[in-house]
Amino acid sequence: MAEIELRGLVKEYPGGVRAVDGLDLTVADGEFFALLGPSGCGKTTLLRSIAGLETVTSGHIEIGGRDVTRLAPGARDIAMVFQDYALFPHMTVRDNIAYPLRIKKMGKPERHAKAEETAEGLSLGALLDRRPGQLSGGQQQRAALARAVAVRPQVFLFDEPLSNLDARLRLEARTFLKRLQRELGVTTVFVTHDQAEALAMSDRMAVMDAGRIRQIGTPTEVFQRPTSTFVASFIGSTPMNLLDSVVDRDTLRVAGVTLPLPASARPHVSDGEQLVFAARPEYMSFRAEPEPTGLEGVVAIVENMGVGSLVSLEVAGPADVTRIVQVTVPEGQEPEIGSRGWAVPAPERVLLYRRDDGELVGSARSDATDPVLAAARN
Amino acid sequence: MTVRAVVGRIGFYVLIALITAFMAIPVLWLLFAPFDRTPSLSTSLPEWTWQNFTGLLANPYALTSLGNSVLLALGSMVLVTVLGALAAYALSRVRIPGRDGLLYALLLLSSIVTGTAAMVPIFLLMFELNLIDSQLGVVLVLSGGLLPAAIFILKDFMDGTPRSYEESARVFGAGPLQILRDIVLPVVRPGIATIAVWTVVNVWGNFLTPFILLRSPEKSPAAVVLYTFYTEGGQANLGLISAFSLLYSIPVVAMYVFVNRRYGFRFHGGIKR
Repeated sequence: MAEIELRGLVKEYPGGVRAVDGLDLTVADGEFFALLGPSGCGKTTLLRSIAGLETVTSGHIEIGGRDVTRLAPGARDIAMVFQDYALFPHMTVRDNIAYPLRIKKMGKPERHAKAEETAEGLSLGALLDRRPGQLSGGQQQRAALARAVAVRPQVFLFDEPLSNLDARLRLEARTFLKRLQRELGVTTVFVTHDQAEALAMSDRMAVMDAGRIRQIGTPTEVFQRPTSTFVASFIGSTPMNLLDSVVDRDTLRVAGVTLPLPASARPHVSDGEQLVFAARPEYMSFRAEPEPTGLEGVVAIVENMGVGSLVSLEVAGPADVTRIVQVTVPEGQEPEIGSRGWAVPAPERVLLYRRDDGELVGSARSDATDPVLAAARN
Repeated sequence: MTVRAVVGRIGFYVLIALITAFMAIPVLWLLFAPFDRTPSLSTSLPEWTWQNFTGLLANPYALTSLGNSVLLALGSMVLVTVLGALAAYALSRVRIPGRDGLLYALLLLSSIVTGTAAMVPIFLLMFELNLIDSQLGVVLVLSGGLLPAAIFILKDFMDGTPRSYEESARVFGAGPLQILRDIVLPVVRPGIATIAVWTVVNVWGNFLTPFILLRSPEKSPAAVVLYTFYTEGGQANLGLISAFSLLYSIPVVAMYVFVNRRYGFRFHGGIKR
């Protein structure tokens, strides 16, 4: 069993692009860990560095207490599942699953027995003699997983394991993957650009941007308390409302409305400070009657989300710039388009960020050039 | 249909028929002339006889030359596919500056290497290397000329193999040669088959290189021996030539049919199945 420890990891490509920029991270033994971020943020490079497919420029990688920084991929005791599954098209499913064991010089009857046992466990028993080209997307994914599982590695690495599946299958695979990881108890790192996937599957997750980790935490922590506007805007299936606001003594002026300044924020802000007011659409309620703490606007769009709807209000901002505020309403309470409405934030759910560095009000002010430390301290 | 369209259509078919006849008549000659008692340059139904073939058997060099052809073709095929596959794999996977330029330059120059223009320097080179009148020399020269194009085509196949296959194998601990043998070569098999056949056909039909580099008639391949079939009067012995031509063409046609059944020909690797 193994924990993964990354210290001061830097991967610089020729030409000076830093895909991974001085990164520290510990993944606990048996943990299901998600690396989440927009494309180009360095999450895949980080995963490939752990696998050994990229040579790191500096820093250390330890797996199970063993420094593997300079070891070849095959010597790291890991198994990786690729985005395209990388099943060998000329081999049957049985030979595919047995191939890593063949590399490890296991005898033919032995490795075939093991491949069959593993395939059985992943309900691939009937497909052993097929070629990958004859399998459906979901079956291919399970064959790739079986190949990784049969090796019994210390660490699993999954690169966008679900992105090649269609939407329906993806949900099933999510549940399946999470259960499989729980049963095997193998430390797993997976990369995804889909925040819903990261929230649903991981025990802990890291949100990355520009080669650095912006926030590490459990899905609940990251969802409820994003430490920066970047994370806030990235997480959540409906985008977080982020509105410019100004501190006015004991109050907060947001989009023409004066709200009480939360007591917890009071010691950290000064009069006249520019802030960003943040509230999730799910944490706001919609009223059709005037409400003093509500943001007033005109209903512009109503999007049906199955259970409930997402209402977009056009709110008059400073200097006549209209802003969109989104709020969810329960089923059957959808307002008319063009009617007036008030979006009332739940006070305990409101988050305030500093306008200048985008960090949470009250968080330690770090060097603007080094947000990694701020995230790590959290 | 207007009259104009009908006439156009008829004219089109007549043209097609003429072109077909133009292509088919030499093939018919090849099929009929070997069995004709008095073969001529025109194509006609033969007066059946085996005498041309018995005459061929009496010739001391006819059958050995076919063996020599097989030797040269297989030797070049092995050399070109092995070296070509290794070089194409390396060129496909390793980034070196000016790689594509190098490939195009090689491709361009290769047509000169086996071409007529370079025959004198090649002869001198082989002479210095002591490879005159040696089948090894012929294999080396022909392989050298074919390799650039083989590398060029094979590299395209290698490029079409997803890197994740190799990376996956690497993570499982496979070494570079293991990856080449277990993963890359089986995946690019149609490409290898294409190159192998193409090499055989090229060497099989090559006349100039063995004609210049080989001196002993017992080492000459079929293409060169064919050139020696004269009658006592100094005229082309059409009986021997036609019978030998038929024997000479059968292996290539047979191989083409076999390989096409077994692997299928593809000259490009990039297109997804």
